Amino acid sequence: MSDIVHLTVDGKAIEAPPGTLLINAVKRAGIEIPAFCYYDGLKLQAACRMCLVEVEKTPKLQVACTLPVAEGMVVHTDTPTVHEARKGMVEFLLTNHPLDCPVCDKGGECELQDMTFRYGFGESRFLEQKQHIDEKQWSAVVYFDRPRCINCYRCIRVCDEGMGLTALGITNRGVLAEIIPNEHDHLNCDECGMCIDICPVGALTSGMYRYKTRPWEMKHVGTICTHCSNGCKTTLGVRNDEIIRGNNRDRSGLNGEFLCIKGRYAFDFTHHAERLQSPLVRRNGKLEAASWSEALAEVAKNWTAIKQRGGRFGVIGSTRTTNEENFFLQKFARQVLGTNNIDHHRSGDVPTLLDALSGRTDALATTADFYERKAVLIVGADLSQEQPFLAWQVRANVRHHNAHIYVATPGPVREDRVAAASVRYQEGGELASLENLREKLRAEPELVVAFGDAIQGDAVRQLVNFGDSLGVPVKYVALLDYSNSRGALDMGLLPHLGPGYHAVDTPGMSLAAMLADESLDALWVVGANPLGRHVLAASKPFVVVQDLFLTDTAEHAAVVFPAASAYEKSGTVTNLCGEVQRLEAAIKVAGTKPDLEIFGLLAREMGANLGIWQASKIFEEIRGSVRGYNIPLPILTTGGAAQTAALNGHVPAPPRAERIQAAHNTLFTSGSLGQFSRTLQVVLEAPGALYQGR
Amino acid sequence: MLYNEPNPLETRVLTKRFGIPNSEKAEVYVANGGYQAFLKATGMPPEKIIEEVKVSNLRGRGGAGFPTGLKWSFVPRTSPKPKYLICNADESEPGTCKDRLLMEYDPHQLIEGMLIGGLAVDSHKGYIYIRGEYRYLITMMEHAIDDAYAHGWLGKNIQGTGFDFDLYVHTGAGAYECGEETALLDSIEGKRGVPRMKPPFPAVAGAWGCPTLLNNVETYSAVPNIIRDGGAAFAALGTPKNGGTRLVCLSGHVNKPGVYEIPLGYPMLEFIEKFGGGVRGGKKLKAVIPGGSSCPVLTASECDIIMDYDTLAKAGSMLGSGGMVVIDEDTCMVKAALRIMRFYAHESCGWCVPCREGTTWLRKMLQRFHDGMGQASDIPIIGQVSKNMLGRTFCALGDAAAMPTISIVEKFREEFEAHLDGRPCPYEHKPAMALA
Repeated sequence: MSDIVHLTVDGKAIEAPPGTLLINAVKRAGIEIPAFCYYDGLKLQAACRMCLVEVEKTPKLQVACTLPVAEGMVVHTDTPTVHEARKGMVEFLLTNHPLDCPVCDKGGECELQDMTFRYGFGESRFLEQKQHIDEKQWSAVVYFDRPRCINCYRCIRVCDEGMGLTALGITNRGVLAEIIPNEHDHLNCDECGMCIDICPVGALTSGMYRYKTRPWEMKHVGTICTHCSNGCKTTLGVRNDEIIRGNNRDRSGLNGEFLCIKGRYAFDFTHHAERLQSPLVRRNGKLEAASWSEALAEVAKNWTAIKQRGGRFGVIGSTRTTNEENFFLQKFARQVLGTNNIDHHRSGDVPTLLDALSGRTDALATTADFYERKAVLIVGADLSQEQPFLAWQVRANVRHHNAHIYVATPGPVREDRVAAASVRYQEGGELASLENLREKLRAEPELVVAFGDAIQGDAVRQLVNFGDSLGVPVKYVALLDYSNSRGALDMGLLPHLGPGYHAVDTPGMSLAAMLADESLDALWVVGANPLGRHVLAASKPFVVVQDLFLTDTAEHAAVVFPAASAYEKSGTVTNLCGEVQRLEAAIKVAGTKPDLEIFGLLAREMGANLGIWQASKIFEEIRGSVRGYNIPLPILTTGGAAQTAALNGHVPAPPRAERIQAAHNTLFTSGSLGQFSRTLQVVLEAPGALYQGR
Repeated sequence: MLYNEPNPLETRVLTKRFGIPNSEKAEVYVANGGYQAFLKATGMPPEKIIEEVKVSNLRGRGGAGFPTGLKWSFVPRTSPKPKYLICNADESEPGTCKDRLLMEYDPHQLIEGMLIGGLAVDSHKGYIYIRGEYRYLITMMEHAIDDAYAHGWLGKNIQGTGFDFDLYVHTGAGAYECGEETALLDSIEGKRGVPRMKPPFPAVAGAWGCPTLLNNVETYSAVPNIIRDGGAAFAALGTPKNGGTRLVCLSGHVNKPGVYEIPLGYPMLEFIEKFGGGVRGGKKLKAVIPGGSSCPVLTASECDIIMDYDTLAKAGSMLGSGGMVVIDEDTCMVKAALRIMRFYAHESCGWCVPCREGTTWLRKMLQRFHDGMGQASDIPIIGQVSKNMLGRTFCALGDAAAMPTISIVEKFREEFEAHLDGRPCPYEHKPAMALA
């Protein structure tokens, strides 16, 4: 049997692999077959009947979205019969569709609008009363306007197949058929908004965006979500320096169209009322607004004095700042302040994993591997809650490739439902539980292993040994917390390792040690909130904080600098799989500065020369000096993701092993940033306990 | 008490036991020659059973008229998956009321037919999907099945033949759409009753994704007669390629409405005269819906034909499910079209666009038209909208709604024109309208 099928469409010869659906095959010849219900990657529906075409030797018009190509098939998409059928379908759709385009959120980017312009009648023959049902609010995020709905079932399918939730269904029949939420009159779901974005018309609208703007009034900025470590691209719709919308309809970036509630809606912290917009300096025990020059001078004066008397500095970096900022910060700490007391909130044991895999190529998984590889093993993580994009990839892998998923977790997780096998363990029994999966895993052709903070230190090496003993190619990834948790490690925000995991001469204090050090003289916290969970042992250290909000830590500060968020700066971030992507500044919030600029100004104030503080220049330095980061620039500049190279060499372990404790955010929390997102605060499901394990 | 007075001109094959008391008792059935065909079939190789059904020229009695033997041969009997046997008793086509009688007056004939089907396709589990409105029949059918189990005609090792067969009744929930075979399968699986994409056809992937043989009550009920007397004898009753007899449900403006069993190929006008006793009140015949409301309407002048699948297809209509509705000269055809469209708009499942929106649009338009608010331009639009549905919907429900409407607009255009300019319906005070 030939592995290429030849067919003719509108007189053009087309080749396609067997099994290709006609609607996709014609795209190669630049022919469009319109459709509403057909959606790449979801189950076939054949309900909208928009894609009817003429196929020779068949009596009736054929549905192109379910028809596989066949050898010698002759198709006509441009005949009077086809045009008339399309006109008829658009006319049917518009009979009960309210023509409220001028006030509809979807107006301007509505598929029904576009199709009506291209294929529809110029005027309406429908004289009867339209079917009306009042609009409903299903949750803080999701609104449903039944009259606009064309019943294409895209929302039901994306929720069912894509999200694994089945939160949407359909009730009644005929013209009264109506999409309904899972809890009778409201939704209990991920609130991801996938259903809203996938809606071809304005039937599903979002509570965050509705009636705020018209699509053409926004500029669209593609950047990387600042919340979890999956590194999803989110395209922000910006008007008048305000982010109004987040989505990724152009399917660019490693996540395609996927976004969770955080990527899609939790940008709203940027214009929260409590956002810091001026430096604060403590005067008479109170934090008061001050000018940038006053605040910078205050810090430089104190740091110089502390340095001169040989005082002890502690520096805590961020898991959300860019690679460039992290690189600059550790350089500042080590060269200007002269200390290795630098750390950040670690959430996964990447250094040990890199050491265990030293010298191997193809042993570090990419996010694409979760969709492409034949088998995935998840150890100690609730993927759907903590790593939503990886969970999406896993579900799609099962759906499209019949991949086998293995789960080893302490309790039930959503992945159980698509898993080939699940095992449960008590804390400490992680590796032992994998023995129950050994025989099944050995039978797989390849494997991707994702593990959470339950596996750290020596257990990482044992896990790699377990993988080696299976006799199949295995790729690994250590699951992390935030958008640049991985970059913080790579850039050397560690007391014992510099950028690229090179050992430093004299290891400094870890985060826990700094906080516990009674004789600490200065603490510099950038984009982190360690005092939210810990107590500072030192009685009167000079604390400097750079943050978006007055956090628990900032409240202890002598000087607070108002920092810009990830959506307000440029630079690069590295996701948990080591994939580097570029941030694009979407807005500017008055009074704030990117952390990099604050570092630069502080260095100048201290009289130090750390070079120019421009992200692109620093990234050049990173590419030249940090192991694994010599990645091709064209991929980055065109909005792609480039994975850092594997390490070839030993990564020293810390002098004293410390417990790594990840934040384990749910879908509805995001560290201390989450409390400033109105969306994450108002959805009923927050903080996520409601359907844990569903 | 029987449903209607039997007519001596009937050819009683499927209905020959109608009227015998205690029909739900297996003993009564056996005493009247029942289950002998099944016992005969156990001694036949499956290929022979299917061959016999093919020879009989039996065609599906649900409406589509697909050759039954051919359908049986599509089921992969060697498949390692379980095979299911399903009887479609979701009799919902307006004008059709024959399956209820077959279940009420001879339930064991249906059971026997299904047993033979089980032998033919190596199936050991069957379901009878009965529409929920037939509540009393569900009870009766359950009694008959219980009695068949009690007397060893169902269950393990039936009558020592080594053949196992379990039979269940499944209740429908009131959707016309669930009479469509794939929607019926979804309904049986506990899902919303919407049709499935074909292919795969149920014979290959039906209930729970397994090979499934799905036939109408009348089709299964014909099978014991075919096996007992031979396929050739059954075929000889009808016309070429249209074997056997058929239960015709005669209703409308006739003197003696009822269900009559006649051989295929019986002349239509003669049937209306000799069985129905002619048009009621001596009125003139205006039109006939020959096989359920989804068939294109025949005008009186088109009715001088014989009734079999092929002749009716040639006349531009269908034999359908056997629901023949006779329409007299006092009937408003606009109202008839409206009544039919009200049904389809109500029963459209809503899955695909043209049926969902088209049926409702047509219902509203016909209602407005009949109420005297029609415009001349509406008349072609009614036809065009129907044609936009025809052949373009997901399942045949859209066709079922479009076909009668198109035929009425084309054949009775002058009646539409008589409603224009705010004129009241010319038939408003005629007695026939009380039925519409």
